[in-house]
Amino acid sequence: MSSATARFGVLASRVRFEEKSILATLDKRGIVCEQIDPRSLSVRAGTAWDGPGTVLNREVGHYRALYAASALESVGVTVLNSAAATAVCGDKWQTSAALVAEGLPTPDTGLALTPDAALAALEEIGYPAVVKPLVGSWGRLVTRVTDPAMASAVLEHLAALPSPQSHIVYVQREVPKADRDIRVLVVDGRAVGATYRSSKEWRTNVARGAVSERCPLDPDLTTLAVAAAGKLGARIAGVDLLQDPDGRLTVLEVNDRVEFRGLQETHGTDIDVAGAIVDLLIKETRA
Amino acid sequence: MSQTLVAAECLECDAEVPWENDTRVGEILECPDCRVEFEVESVEPPKIVLAPEVEEDWGE
Repeated sequence: MSSATARFGVLASRVRFEEKSILATLDKRGIVCEQIDPRSLSVRAGTAWDGPGTVLNREVGHYRALYAASALESVGVTVLNSAAATAVCGDKWQTSAALVAEGLPTPDTGLALTPDAALAALEEIGYPAVVKPLVGSWGRLVTRVTDPAMASAVLEHLAALPSPQSHIVYVQREVPKADRDIRVLVVDGRAVGATYRSSKEWRTNVARGAVSERCPLDPDLTTLAVAAAGKLGARIAGVDLLQDPDGRLTVLEVNDRVEFRGLQETHGTDIDVAGAIVDLLIKETRA
Repeated sequence: MSQTLVAAECLECDAEVPWENDTRVGEILECPDCRVEFEVESVEPPKIVLAPEVEEDWGE
């Protein structure tokens, strides 16, 4: 299934605005690119890979993205973002642990190894708190708990879920904030643009209907977002920040296969996210 | 600038699903009538299949 002539590959099973923009940019620049569908990808360890030497990982499913990156790297492919970055950024606990280890500000977070242990962890962190799945996006199954009774009910539901991973409970102190968060898009160590994401509900995911507005980049935002992406090894990242009422910034998430439709549409032609990503692909191939 | 060239036929309600000249394999198209999502399996010739359900680990 691989093309001998393509130097670049874009790994994606679902072509959204982002993948389409990147593929269109490659087309416009006359760069031959292979669109690789991971649903038909297999890699045999220790063999030669005759496909593209540099692959942009845009797979929507975390586990497929992670193992595809690992498999491709094992046969010598440069993958952006790397499998290591995807492993850290795609798992909320790994992200929190890495941010704390690097001394970057992030909300008070705990990990409980059973739903029962989570109740004690929540008491320690304090209410209101947020219970989140380790892997997942778009605010799915993220639950705000305001007291022990509510927490017990949520944890009982988690305990009843079949996946062992659902029984590892990630809990986080809620950060008092305005009804918006900040998304900074970082490519190759540079902040390309930022948006405020506002919502009437407490989760400010664009996938849940949050509205994007342009956010001016200032040195504090830029420095923190670039540091977070860099420390987690993400060359392309959507860094989500919260600002508390005193103006302190904390890093909530670093998204390794970032969706940027809202940010691009908010900025019009002032920035070119797909162009920045393609520039990085070209640079990596020359390196 | 994309432009509607042809339409695929919705596999559920037979309505026309708009098809742009820059439609790509893997893209998700939605039926304007019944809102069912389809994945583009082939561009030449145009072919759509039911889109996969969103999975737990999907996201960014």
